[in-house]
Amino acid sequence: MRKRLAPYLLILPGGLWLAVFFVVPMVILITLTLQSGNYEEGFKLTWRWANFSDALTLYHTQLVRSLLFALIVTALALVLAYPMAYWIAFYGGARKSSYLFLLLLPFFVSFVIRTAAWKFILTDEGILLGPLKHAHLLPQNFHLLATPYAVIGGLTYNFLPFMVLPLYVALERIDHDLVEAANDLYANRAQSFRRVILPLSVPGVFAGILLTFVPTAADFVNASILGGTNTTMIGSIIQTEYLTFNDYPIASALSFIVMAALLIGVFAYARALGTEEVLEVSGA
Amino acid sequence: MPAPASATYPAAGRRRRWTTFILPTYTWAMILYLMAPIGVMILFGFNNTKGKLNVRWQGFTLTWYRDLFRIPDLTGALKNSLTIALLSTLIATVLGTMIGLALGRSKFRGRGLTDLVLFANIAAPELVLGSALLGLLITVQVPRGYGTILIAHVMFNIAFVAVTVRARMAGFDFTLEEAAQDLGANPWTTFRKVTLPLIFPGILAGALLAFVLSIDDYIITSFVAGQTLTFPLWVYGATRIGVPPQVNVMGTLIFLGGVVLAVLNAVFARRRTL
Amino acid sequence: MSKRPEQKPQRPPIIDPALLRGLTQPRLSRRAVLMGAGTAGAAALLAACGVQGSSKPATSQGQDAVAKFWAGKSKAGVLDFANWPLYIDVQKVGGKTVHPSIEAFTKQTGIKVNYKEVIQDNDSFLGRITPSLKAGQDTGWDLMVITNGGPLEKLIRLGYLTPLDSSKLPNFNQYASPRFKDPSYDPGNKYSVAWQSGFTGIAYNPKLTKRPVTSFQDLLDPAFKGRIAMFGDILDTPNLTMVGLGINPETSTVEDWKKAADVLKRQRPLLRKYIDNAGEADVLSSGEVWVSMAYSGDIFQLNSSGAPGIKFVIPKEGAMLWTDNMCIPLHAKHPVDAITYMDYVYVPKVAATLAENIDYITPVPGDKQMIQQDAAKASGEDKASLEGLLSSPLVFPTEADLSKGHRYRILTPQEQTTWNRIFQPILQS
Repeated sequence: MRKRLAPYLLILPGGLWLAVFFVVPMVILITLTLQSGNYEEGFKLTWRWANFSDALTLYHTQLVRSLLFALIVTALALVLAYPMAYWIAFYGGARKSSYLFLLLLPFFVSFVIRTAAWKFILTDEGILLGPLKHAHLLPQNFHLLATPYAVIGGLTYNFLPFMVLPLYVALERIDHDLVEAANDLYANRAQSFRRVILPLSVPGVFAGILLTFVPTAADFVNASILGGTNTTMIGSIIQTEYLTFNDYPIASALSFIVMAALLIGVFAYARALGTEEVLEVSGA
Repeated sequence: MPAPASATYPAAGRRRRWTTFILPTYTWAMILYLMAPIGVMILFGFNNTKGKLNVRWQGFTLTWYRDLFRIPDLTGALKNSLTIALLSTLIATVLGTMIGLALGRSKFRGRGLTDLVLFANIAAPELVLGSALLGLLITVQVPRGYGTILIAHVMFNIAFVAVTVRARMAGFDFTLEEAAQDLGANPWTTFRKVTLPLIFPGILAGALLAFVLSIDDYIITSFVAGQTLTFPLWVYGATRIGVPPQVNVMGTLIFLGGVVLAVLNAVFARRRTL
Repeated sequence: MSKRPEQKPQRPPIIDPALLRGLTQPRLSRRAVLMGAGTAGAAALLAACGVQGSSKPATSQGQDAVAKFWAGKSKAGVLDFANWPLYIDVQKVGGKTVHPSIEAFTKQTGIKVNYKEVIQDNDSFLGRITPSLKAGQDTGWDLMVITNGGPLEKLIRLGYLTPLDSSKLPNFNQYASPRFKDPSYDPGNKYSVAWQSGFTGIAYNPKLTKRPVTSFQDLLDPAFKGRIAMFGDILDTPNLTMVGLGINPETSTVEDWKKAADVLKRQRPLLRKYIDNAGEADVLSSGEVWVSMAYSGDIFQLNSSGAPGIKFVIPKEGAMLWTDNMCIPLHAKHPVDAITYMDYVYVPKVAATLAENIDYITPVPGDKQMIQQDAAKASGEDKASLEGLLSSPLVFPTEADLSKGHRYRILTPQEQTTWNRIFQPILQS
């Protein structure tokens, strides 16, 4: 009898915590999206579906921008991370873990500090742009901070490990015998890469894209430290609407829209990729 | 049967160029790129800067290491971050390990739902987690502060610990548990002497992950902190006016601490895995 | 030659397959669905109560209640003072920044002051303290400086301020200018006394703009593309824009707000950035920006601290005239210390020091004499700057000057939501 109860008892405390502080808030979020009112007079559940259309009309620019940035950053991260992960996985030898360690080392520093450090590096007359301007390689009023480029750069930097790790794990598992076999069948380098390694690494690509796209779209710290006008992300808006303007219905509607957009994207991607095959191939 | 020489020779040359020069150089360049801001941070913790802005190198000094706790708000924020990280790690590790154990070991009716909730918690962007929790606090009129930050940190850490522990259980040999029980051990003793030591590396890894996530969290914390400050919140506020060198020093120390922990963990894990 | 990767202990899959399966196979058992529905139902019930409002009926606190509140209190020796940046006298002594007027206060009264320049704009500061006030808790501040024309009225309406005991404000009663006594936004000075008053106008760097700037339209001039800054403030920017369009903010309608919003939207591509409320000093002195919205006193301070070239102008269409007020939030820990400080700054000598350094419109006209005395005693640069102060319409405005100032639009809570939703998306983009 106790044995059958055991799992339920084990799950209970943690499950309760999650239920109260994660699941219930999610439901409340949804109910808040349908309320109306204001901070002083209170909010009531009035089933105001117009909150969603209001939220979209007001902030669709920032919403689209966030998703666009996230797409660009994810693509960039994939391109940057893959060669690294590939080389370490296949040619790292005994020092694989050391390389990985070195790669992940910077991320022991608080991410606000890292981003602030980038702000410092990219200042108009700073250690990066200053010398370039002196050498007249750049126009004098060139600036990186307060542009989308700085924000995208910061985001790519901060979320690179989320792409590298899954890629590495997937690549590292690939049985070298398979590559051997391909070579034995007269495949050249490019072919064995394209037809053996790449497909086998897809689960890693999927995981990496998932782990990079979602947090990037919702991030706003990079934009607020490195960006300026025309770079505000939807997360910043949501935070301000909650904390400064106390416009809870709009804020919740925006939160919900972000969550829904991301979920739909992830689901669609998973379906398109065929998760079952992905799992099989990954040897899970 | 070896491939015809003419086909492989130029390919072999190309391969060597890619794998011996281009890719390694690229990887090292990326490692340097990733280290760049850290280097800057560490370096400017030694900058003898006079103004409020720590932007130009003005000479080497150890003042900031000596005057590390000169800014009371910053010190307070750091203390909050450390204590919240420790407490939330403790609580989340216990709760999360229990869930990981249950999921890794038995099939039970709520399993699919638990999986779903854990996945949703990990996959949901911090923004949504934070704003949703804030919505709860507003509705129930709970004032925001240290307590709510702690609650939030435990909330998002449970799932990470649970997943890590459960993964560790994936290769677990349950016959060992059976053997222990055959030898007369009750479930608690079995757990303590057989299961726990074997999954301990997983628990440790989960705890480490939880600690790092907690001490570095900005987004969720910013929603539920009220007027309380944690280290990331303080630094974020400071980026608008000027980040004092003490922040660089603290960042450096936390960084070194993290490195030491990671190295210890790796050494420990290797020894443990016999 | 095949090389087997060394056997490593079992490693976690990339994404736990069971979790992924849980996601893509949406088959919850009936019991799970019921449990889920139960939780959801409970939560929904909870939330259907909605979020409680925070307005209390305007308590007309009788004088007895006020007196009773203050009767039991005494000095604590500590004061937590929240203020805006660049809003008090500063001096650099050996690399550290000190505030002489505060040090003098501490010497005279023995009260230690924690002076923090944490207020960047009214809304975000209020956003930070109102949750504590709503929950009936101490905000951590004893004294704060809040602008009229919206924020202050909101705090009074919500009953979040400690009413003042006028018997504890003898200097204020004696020396304050009649204009600042019994103002329309706080009749009888029940909750606040003025700190400084000022104009929101335009500042520019003539060397970079290469021509004088005189009108709001100059903020929309394509010749300055990429070199213009506006406050990212939902109070000043929309109001000043309306003034720039010839609309009187105090009587403006939703249509007028939309017109102003259109202008701001069209201006966006020309902007360098939206700045914080003391940020114009930085961006103008660094040359990053050539023309910007500005506060009169900020530019004065800037001129005397190393950037004399920057000029402040009241646009010909008009400027915003506002008063920042000292007030004590509810449940403050050290109210007596706060009110002591409030009265202290009305001593003419102290008011003179502040006026000389903050360069805003001082609420104590009597300090003009003090400043004249100081000017007579000073020499060289100091004398020139003090005399400039005395003749400046920005510190001692005439009636004509004041007539060019406009007041903010006062908003009801519902109007506030509409206003925010019109302007916030533009300012926060």
